[in-house]
Amino acid sequence: MGRLRKLLIPGVDKKLLVRDAVKTMPELTRRRFITAGTSLGALTLLTGCDVVDSSSAEELLKRVSKFNDAVQAWMFNPDALAPTYPESMITKPFPFNAYYDLDDAPEVAGADWKLEVRGLVDNKKSWTLDELYKLPQVKQVTRHICVEGWSAIGSWTGTPLRDFLKIIGADTRAKYVWFQCADKDGYNSPLDMRTALHPQTQMTFKFGDEILPRAYGFPMKIRVPTKLGFKNPKYVLSMEVTNDYKGGYWEDQGYNSFSGS
Amino acid sequence: MTSLAVSDHQAETATPAKVIQPVWVRMVHWINAFAMILMIMSGWQIYNASPLFGFTFSRSITLGGWLGGALLWHFAAMWLLMVNGLVYLTLGFATGRFRKKLLPITPGGVISDTKAALTFKLSHDDLSKYNSVQKLLYTGIIIVGVVIVLSGLSIWKPVQLHWLVTLFGGYDFARYVHFTCMALIVAFLVIHVALALLVPKSLRAMIIGR
Repeated sequence: MGRLRKLLIPGVDKKLLVRDAVKTMPELTRRRFITAGTSLGALTLLTGCDVVDSSSAEELLKRVSKFNDAVQAWMFNPDALAPTYPESMITKPFPFNAYYDLDDAPEVAGADWKLEVRGLVDNKKSWTLDELYKLPQVKQVTRHICVEGWSAIGSWTGTPLRDFLKIIGADTRAKYVWFQCADKDGYNSPLDMRTALHPQTQMTFKFGDEILPRAYGFPMKIRVPTKLGFKNPKYVLSMEVTNDYKGGYWEDQGYNSFSGS
Repeated sequence: MTSLAVSDHQAETATPAKVIQPVWVRMVHWINAFAMILMIMSGWQIYNASPLFGFTFSRSITLGGWLGGALLWHFAAMWLLMVNGLVYLTLGFATGRFRKKLLPITPGGVISDTKAALTFKLSHDDLSKYNSVQKLLYTGIIIVGVVIVLSGLSIWKPVQLHWLVTLFGGYDFARYVHFTCMALIVAFLVIHVALALLVPKSLRAMIIGR
């Protein structure tokens, strides 16, 4: 142990080191992922190229995923609108979807809730729900597409995020708007600025003309019809305008960060 | 017996054995096989996250371990599949290979060759020539390959490529198209591999070219 300790780089924060180590420890899904990678290794041996053992396969996949981020950013047309649908096509009931049951969904008290605004913005004042409700709102009927493959059409009403970013004097040359949510695991997700400024990206307060129910993210959801569903944060507590890539709940587990639709 | 006949023929004409499969065909073929298997196995895992039908694929035949891992595999292998496919299509047209090997396909030829195949009377001695059934299947699978890539792109980017989704009859329908193409490819794969094993010369030609 003593020798091991000496091998550690001096000046490294042990707590941070342990936290990083825990992150790289195989959790179940990760382990399965690696197992699958190993069997691919066997496959590539058969075909005669030894590109991969499991860990370098994972490294390679992450690199390709970054490349895919770049390709999707390049494909992203800020003027292309997601298709809208007639109200008759709204999916009923619109599915509740999360990594927890509806009973475990955050219960936010609207009266006490305040939207915190941080980072590269002129005005960092917090916003109450009443103040937000007074902002001009628009309605959109768009398709929510889940990373799992299913989709559902919903009716969303709220303030375009780009209008709000203007009001708070956000530096729109920054790379991301990063959202933090009230979910028990501290769900968070980064949104690239060009998507944040897309005309259909919305701070949503209503679903189907009713105050946003708890199932869909009361008091505020960020509706992004040009992204997959997991990049539509619910129960939003704060937003931060930032140049740092801070990762996200699902992004850190391997979902492609751009995940544009 | 047939191999004897071939070598007799070669002795007569004193030319080296004819290359049946040029290098580029063999290369794109095996790269395609590799990419396809990755796409199919990771695709099954993605399907399992939200099944279109009342069944899921056994974990033992899927790739990626969970949805996130499968998506990484799928969206990595798709580049290999697409670039390789474009090389194949470009060279197939440019060298005249498609025209020479796959055309013409006549209904009469297909019917008589199918009958011959089902009664085990179909000759496959000259590997450089495809019979009508082969022509039909190979042409068909190329088209299915194009459709699966296009339907895949449309469900990957339904907003940016909304015209493509419209072409496929909407997002939900495009998923069924994508799945159907996968099923056709898997069916083709089973027959293709079985026949390649039955006619060992053909496997040899796909590996060393002769």
